[in-house]
Amino acid sequence: MIRVVLPVHLRTLARVEGEVGLELPGLISQATVLDALEARYPVLRGAIRDHVTGKRRPFIRFFACGEDLSHEPPDDPLPKPVAAGEEPFLVVGAMAGG
Amino acid sequence: MGGVRLLVGTRKGAFVLTSDARRERWEVAGPHFAGWEIYHIKGSKVDANRIYASQSSGWFGQQIQRSNDGGKTWEPVGNEFRYDGVPGTHQWYDGTQHPWEFKRVWHLEPSLTDPDLVYAGVEDAALFQSADGGRSWRELPGLRTHGSGPKWQPGAGGMCLHTMLQVPSNPKRMYIAISAAGAFRTDDGGATWRPINRGLRSQGIPDETAEVGHCVHRIVMHPSRPSTLFMQKHWDVMRSDDGGDSWREVSGNLPTDFGFAMGVHAHEPETIYVVPIKSDSEHFPLDGKLRVYRSRTGGSEWEPLSKGLPQQDCYVNVLRGAMTVDALDRCGVYFGTTGGQVYGSADAGDSWTALVRDLPAVLSVEAQTLA
Repeated sequence: MIRVVLPVHLRTLARVEGEVGLELPGLISQATVLDALEARYPVLRGAIRDHVTGKRRPFIRFFACGEDLSHEPPDDPLPKPVAAGEEPFLVVGAMAGG
Repeated sequence: MGGVRLLVGTRKGAFVLTSDARRERWEVAGPHFAGWEIYHIKGSKVDANRIYASQSSGWFGQQIQRSNDGGKTWEPVGNEFRYDGVPGTHQWYDGTQHPWEFKRVWHLEPSLTDPDLVYAGVEDAALFQSADGGRSWRELPGLRTHGSGPKWQPGAGGMCLHTMLQVPSNPKRMYIAISAAGAFRTDDGGATWRPINRGLRSQGIPDETAEVGHCVHRIVMHPSRPSTLFMQKHWDVMRSDDGGDSWREVSGNLPTDFGFAMGVHAHEPETIYVVPIKSDSEHFPLDGKLRVYRSRTGGSEWEPLSKGLPQQDCYVNVLRGAMTVDALDRCGVYFGTTGGQVYGSADAGDSWTALVRDLPAVLSVEAQTLA
């Protein structure tokens, strides 16, 4: 079970509370996790990744295991503790005030 | 017994204000979509319970929300705004070319006849249409590909399509306005468009009378006189009596003709309202006095309306989408400020009261007159 933590505004939008649990076969990467997340919650399409380019929105960051994974290739495997469900994959709104 | 519902978009959520027809006491509901920018929220003319809201965020992009119960509950609908074909480029602030990039929806315009048909004016400027209640969107590309696109440029707020007017007696005719490109008109239901900016004069572009490049802040129209348009340009208040084919200045005795918001009286097509703002760099009223100016002559002759409005130390702005009218008799006039006040007048502007004082900065106000 992959654990995903969303920022509060996206939890509100998707109408979820707490962490999201995703069962994924095969490769566990940013792309496969986000694909599964958007498949379960279509309202999140375009809110994390741009509709047209498919790229991470500029003010979104991805953290896990105390590391910033925002600039890692989206098809690279995520850290093993994330794949094992021991650590969550964090989708974070950039600390930009406003 | 009817009443009025005000749909207020702010920097941090949407609010719904309701009153009976006396318009003396207002209930404030919200915030809906707390923390998100609500650029515009507008109801259908044919189904007052059908309301569309543009919800956006620098972090999380664009959402469109729809209500079927007058704004009590909402559901997100489609949020994919994909330009038709290769979007091309427009002019950037420094005159270089810059790719067209979708940023947000500024304006939602429900059809006058079909509650499932709705238009969206977006930044970077383009017009989209949904025929399924906002679930899916397609661009009407004839506007963006009119040919002058590479000469369009962003104003301070971005390159936004912020205003759309539908003509009740002729569904094929529509007007839109873009900052900073100008006003455009279609006579074939949106397939093709032409700029309607003859008579405008703008400093800040190399040719002051160019076909496009003008920073039009707002255009308004009385539905019974669809060939008469009023415009608040960056500077100058303008009027056209030929569907925008030509414009003449009607700033008259206004103390400053810079401003954003504009309105037309619901029952008097020659009675119009503006909120003069000091200048393009000082976005606040003159002398700290918040005053609406009313003309009963379709422009040129203006009277200040200040009763009930702050007349000292007031330095708020009133943005382009933040003025509206109801259809009651006497006509109600409403506007919101960047200081979070929504002011209302139940006597066509003669006197004003703050309906609510401490909202986030107000981006837009729309009125629904309820049966």
